[in-house]
Amino acid sequence: MSFQVSHNDGVTLVEVEGQLIVGNRQELKQKVLEHLEGGDRKFVIDFSDTGYIDSSGLGVLVSLSKKIREQGGELRLSSLNEDLRTLFELTKLDTLFKIADTKEEALEGF
Amino acid sequence: MENEIVLELPTDVRSIEHAVDYVMRRCDACDRQGHRLHLNFRVGLTEALANAMLYGNGHDPSKRVRVEIVVANGEIKACVTDQGVGFDPQSIPDPTTPENLLNPGGRGLFLMRQLLDEVSFNDQGNQVTLVLRLDPGPSVLEGGAPA
Repeated sequence: MSFQVSHNDGVTLVEVEGQLIVGNRQELKQKVLEHLEGGDRKFVIDFSDTGYIDSSGLGVLVSLSKKIREQGGELRLSSLNEDLRTLFELTKLDTLFKIADTKEEALEGF
Repeated sequence: MENEIVLELPTDVRSIEHAVDYVMRRCDACDRQGHRLHLNFRVGLTEALANAMLYGNGHDPSKRVRVEIVVANGEIKACVTDQGVGFDPQSIPDPTTPENLLNPGGRGLFLMRQLLDEVSFNDQGNQVTLVLRLDPGPSVLEGGAPA
């Protein structure tokens, strides 16, 4: 897994490439927390190039969402493929996150 | 794919992705319903391996995880055994209830039960057996309990 971080009108966009799983989830968590500690409050994590997220990866997203909310911010997700949508729906995490079809949609009106 | 694959893995979560990829490649030869195999079975096996390493073996690099995959009688069966003391699978709460939804953990076993046709444990609780039937319907969600 790798990821790219960019800033778009006050929103921190993290684009994940590859699988977000137990073996690498801490890398994403650490990077987002660095930006949170640096003052960023609005985050979009985009999964256009992500084939799979395991339960540990889902757990990291939940943990990040909590920490960002505690700081008065918000984490939104975008571009989940059909399989990822299924996992979010099964675990009811689709009720916890705002999930946009595209990163552009997620960034709009944030 | 031959009827059986046996792997012995170190307790290293970085090995999970490679091990699952290897099994999925070997399964391709007998795969008639790719989506069910590549989502339901893949997720189940990944979660079973993660649980075995993180909770069963407690990250102990001196312990190993044994994986046995058998394809027979229209089903694929995975048996994952760790070297831990075991656990009570009934003790894991439903992660989808409002009080548990914000918990960072507890979704692995839930996903296994949702996506596989059968999930069972030995008495000690250090071995999980996953079964995915290869012949029923076309929908990915028909592989396990209703979503």
